Amino acid sequence: MGRNAGSKLPEILSRYENELLAKWVEDQLKAATLRRDLITDRELYEQSRQFLDVFREVSLKGNLEDILAPEWAEVRDFLSALSKSRAALGFSASETATFIFSLKQPLFTCFRSVYSQDLEALAAETWAATALLDKLGLYVTEVYQQSREEVIRRQQEELLELSTPVVKLWQGILALPLIGTLDSARTQVVMESLLQMIVQTEASIAIIDITGVPTVDTLVAQHLLKTVAAARLMGADCIISGIRPQIAQTIVHLGVELSDITTKASLADAFAWALQRQQLSVVKKSSGV
Amino acid sequence: MMERIPILKMGAFLLVTIQVDMHDRLALALQDDLTERIVADQAHGVLIDISALEIVDSFIGRMLGNIAAMSRVLDAETVVVGMQPAVAMTLVELGLSLKGVRTALSVEKGIDLLRVWLGLRGETDGGAAR
Repeated sequence: MGRNAGSKLPEILSRYENELLAKWVEDQLKAATLRRDLITDRELYEQSRQFLDVFREVSLKGNLEDILAPEWAEVRDFLSALSKSRAALGFSASETATFIFSLKQPLFTCFRSVYSQDLEALAAETWAATALLDKLGLYVTEVYQQSREEVIRRQQEELLELSTPVVKLWQGILALPLIGTLDSARTQVVMESLLQMIVQTEASIAIIDITGVPTVDTLVAQHLLKTVAAARLMGADCIISGIRPQIAQTIVHLGVELSDITTKASLADAFAWALQRQQLSVVKKSSGV
Repeated sequence: MMERIPILKMGAFLLVTIQVDMHDRLALALQDDLTERIVADQAHGVLIDISALEIVDSFIGRMLGNIAAMSRVLDAETVVVGMQPAVAMTLVELGLSLKGVRTALSVEKGIDLLRVWLGLRGETDGGAAR
């Protein structure tokens, strides 16, 4: 706080508010990183004005170094909201951070006119302001990163749920078409959905179709066997169908034991087998009647 | 007075419903009672209903396996019914797939399963309720 006692930043932000805002917006509009397609000039002006407002107010409180302190909460909140909305709109991290960094030029121009006689003070003030704006710029970038990671995580969850449907083929017969790789996380989801459906539909046969599973290694095989074992404990038999020729070769080469599980090459064959197990048959109606 | 798990007779089958936490003594008592009853009632099928159990550990897993083996020695087939999905997943994760123990979703299905099995052996079910 002692160092900042001599800083004229708050005063400068108040006195030269209009000039700073005008120059800053002008610079942003001239910048190569401007994205007129994502944000209107009017909106940019508004955001800049709001930032200067809240920046000035907080700077009056004296702490010009630690932006994580409680006094800076308002500025942090404003920048968080700004960063998240820009991330959602499709701005890049640099384009978003430039919002803060582009304030340096107009601010230093102000400093030069205020401290024209005192080079020592000019240097100190410039350094303090640069350090502060750097921290704010980095903060903006970090919030940006976090919101992108949040999006990715949410999409991953959705993908996980979407790609493990369990469908009822017939009374007592379920089908589980697996798409994509089967890792331990997905196996959990698959097992849960399958077992829930077995209880719900009182199914006694579940056909696990792996046509959409690109590779089957020992780990994937283990996961499949676990799922089959769990279904069996609930009183449902599992058949694995959709085994491609390469997969069959891989299974044998790896020495995976599928001895007590029925396997079929196609879902159609598996379904036919299941129907037979349920003592059902498909009969063609005689034509012309 | 030590609690014992009640065993109900249903025709040629015996029905055991486990609703309390199993501990050593209780499990041993169950094994005693069950083997006695299988012989006394000439039962050929045992249904163990675990639908009330939300937690099944390796102890219970082993106990169920033992009961199935003992019953088989006495010429009775065991079916465990009503396993909850979470329990099934836990048993699989523990590596206990209960081989040699048949399972069914409900008591009804368990009885159907036993009947089919007894039918294959060429025996009647002794008039069990339909």
